[in-house]
Amino acid sequence: MINITKREDLSKQKGIIIRIAAIILSILFTGIFINLLGYNSIDVFYNMVTGALGSEMRLQKTIVKAIPIAVASLGILVAFKMKFWNIGGEGQIMMGAMAATFVALNLDGFPRALTLVLMMLAAFFFGAVWAFIPAFFKVKCGTNETIFTLMMNYIAIKWITYLQFGPWKDPNAGGFPKIATYPDNAVLPEVFGINIGWIITIIAAVIVYIFMNHTKKGYEISVVGESLATAKYAGMNVKMVIITAMLVSGGLCGLTGMIMSSSIEKTLTIYLSNGIGYTAIITAWLSGLSAPFAVISSFAFAVLIQGGKFIQIALQVPASVADMIQGMILFFVLGSEFFTRYKISFKGQKGGEK
Amino acid sequence: MEEFNNNIAIEMKNISKSFGSIKANENVNLTVNNGEVLALLGENGAGKSTLMNMLSGIYHPDSGSIFVYGKEVRFYSPKEPIKLGIGMIHQHFKLIDVFSAKQNIVLGQKGTFVRGQNLSKEIKKLSDKYGLDVDPDKKVYDMSVGEKQTLEIIKVLYRGAKILILDEPTAVLTPQEIKRLFKIIKNMKEQGCAIVIITHKLNEVMEISDRVTVLRKGKSIDTVETSKVTVPKLIEMMVGKTVDLSIDRTVVPDKNLLLEVDNLSVVNHEEGHSLKEISFKLYGGEILGVAGVAGSGQKELCEVIAGLQKSEKGRIFFESENIIGKTPRDIIKLGIRMGFIPEDRLGMGLVASMDMVYNLILKDYQLQPGIMLKKKASIEKAKKIVERLDIQTPNIYTPVSRLSGGNIQKVLLGREIDSNPKVLITAYPVRGLDIGASYKIYELLNDQKKNHVAVLFIGEDLDVLLELCDRIMVICDGEITGIVDADKTTKEELGLLMVGGKQMEVAND
Repeated sequence: MINITKREDLSKQKGIIIRIAAIILSILFTGIFINLLGYNSIDVFYNMVTGALGSEMRLQKTIVKAIPIAVASLGILVAFKMKFWNIGGEGQIMMGAMAATFVALNLDGFPRALTLVLMMLAAFFFGAVWAFIPAFFKVKCGTNETIFTLMMNYIAIKWITYLQFGPWKDPNAGGFPKIATYPDNAVLPEVFGINIGWIITIIAAVIVYIFMNHTKKGYEISVVGESLATAKYAGMNVKMVIITAMLVSGGLCGLTGMIMSSSIEKTLTIYLSNGIGYTAIITAWLSGLSAPFAVISSFAFAVLIQGGKFIQIALQVPASVADMIQGMILFFVLGSEFFTRYKISFKGQKGGEK
Repeated sequence: MEEFNNNIAIEMKNISKSFGSIKANENVNLTVNNGEVLALLGENGAGKSTLMNMLSGIYHPDSGSIFVYGKEVRFYSPKEPIKLGIGMIHQHFKLIDVFSAKQNIVLGQKGTFVRGQNLSKEIKKLSDKYGLDVDPDKKVYDMSVGEKQTLEIIKVLYRGAKILILDEPTAVLTPQEIKRLFKIIKNMKEQGCAIVIITHKLNEVMEISDRVTVLRKGKSIDTVETSKVTVPKLIEMMVGKTVDLSIDRTVVPDKNLLLEVDNLSVVNHEEGHSLKEISFKLYGGEILGVAGVAGSGQKELCEVIAGLQKSEKGRIFFESENIIGKTPRDIIKLGIRMGFIPEDRLGMGLVASMDMVYNLILKDYQLQPGIMLKKKASIEKAKKIVERLDIQTPNIYTPVSRLSGGNIQKVLLGREIDSNPKVLITAYPVRGLDIGASYKIYELLNDQKKNHVAVLFIGEDLDVLLELCDRIMVICDGEITGIVDADKTTKEELGLLMVGGKQMEVAND
């Protein structure tokens, strides 16, 4: 007999032990698997870690990868705290990037700081608009936000495709369907060799932390997430709370789009979001919906990605193996969440007559 | 000895069952004989339902053994006990509304077709044997609560049950329906059935049972013959100490009108209950009880006053201000001092996963200026309430869901009282609480009354309503069937009013 019972309360210590055990187990299992495939697992892990953190340049690359994940995670967690399942980060990133691109391509020659601020505002606004649509229908008609936000992603991507192949096609690209590269005044400057997205990330994390923990609106978002009936009982304007939270959530995802287009790609392409909107769901969830931890989990995730890329080059490990390693580690870490919530005990089936 | 053994229907020996770190049952022993009614008595959370769920195959004991008619058994699914003749009647009926009685009875049985005529005959035979009365072709949605329960009983009897377990069967019944149920139980007993009745109502134990097994904190305390025990003794066994069970009702002079409900109608589309043109007055310094069968409109009444439900027509005056159509937000912002203890404490009154501080801030953060949340005052308030109401909690930062039912209710009541309300609306404030906690709550409500607060008390235990309240308003199907003075009425009269009987004499305020 296997008994699964809900844990009443979990001490912090035990929670940490479970998570560490999950990581050790994941490394163990992945290691066995890598060895079976004919690679030296210790070599692979060593290279993964040094590939992501081993030198200044590698660390910079990892941080660059972590920035968009972190900002999007901050956005996602605001909605998730309200139990509003915003799966639409991907589309909100795209719409944010589109708005930033529009500003960037039309303000050639403007001062850099002004251009960048305008790009951010535009990106935040358009991301927020893209999130507002499902939020509006949720409060007005009770539509399901999960499906709605997901569908909005496809609309956004197809819209960008249209722009890239149609009206925004760069006439100087020799017929190649691409959108023009940003002028210099629309590219994020670097501090310590990394684009200033990292400063934006830290500021955003602090603001989200204060917003969620120390403002009335943040409190309202948490209460709505816990119980709609309680929120109504306490006289909260539930509809406004949902809309506000989604505006913030979508806005931050939009900002992610701006950072990505302005630092990595320096233009808008249909591949820009690159699944960050979905990755951010995982990292936001892993962080326990806390702003500071979202930054940490995003960095950890970036280490996995960057390390995975490095072993492909350094050890000639196929991309599929690198993906598998990522998948295994995630599987164990996410799976351990189950054990933090439930307890499993095994009972021997005693013999007895019926 | 052999003879004696044959008479035992069920024997449970040293049964233990734990959920996580909570020991729901610890070495519990219980025997039920054929042709007897055994009352299983205990407070909420004493482990009564857990024990019986093990007997009906829903849970599996961690250790211990169960014997049915002398044979040791192990149940791994709810089907096995049914085969052995054990039938459980749950507190919440498991019937399908749109089906007829007949269809519900054969539901889940083998065979493809409902055998019309034959089945009706069989049901008739069963009904006559035990003195039950149900029309086989009546749809469940047309049935009263009492009829539904009778149907549940026929359902298990039809499946061949000789051992019946009734989980709090009287909770939703009127006094008249309870009488009828007890007659059915006595009939079944005479036919040789073994019956276990789970309850925490002492007068019912005394009336119907032959023996009582008392559970306390998951342990079986003792089994006694009902005729050889007294109510105070049973309470002592249940609670573990002697408890003073008197509620004093002081009369507060010069009552002033605080809340007036005038011709109020509410339609609750979700649940189908409604209020029809009700009017009553609530005075400061009194407790007005509301009695009625569950689902007669109690919830709607509370929620419409608190601004959570829309009304079709009518007016509600708080002092002299018409508050109809005002949302809870409006009510808070207008500074109307009204407290509301909803029925669903953790789902509506409190935020279960948050600590006391965040729960106390719930009702007054809107009045704070600015956009930031200021917690300092609430921290002080939390400390004060913990001390004043003697709340058992590790500290004020423990999520309220971790507290016991009584302490959760104290947090909620503490918050509402702390805002110095003029009107306090309480919906089933002692539901699920143990005896000690219940009396603490009555005491707190009485204190409020003495402070000239007008208290509306939605209750379910008629004995308590009669002792605690000054006046009792009875509602049936959303209509007021009478408002009576508590010291001039009887349980029987209330029971009649609860099913819509007209009031014999009108008590005046």
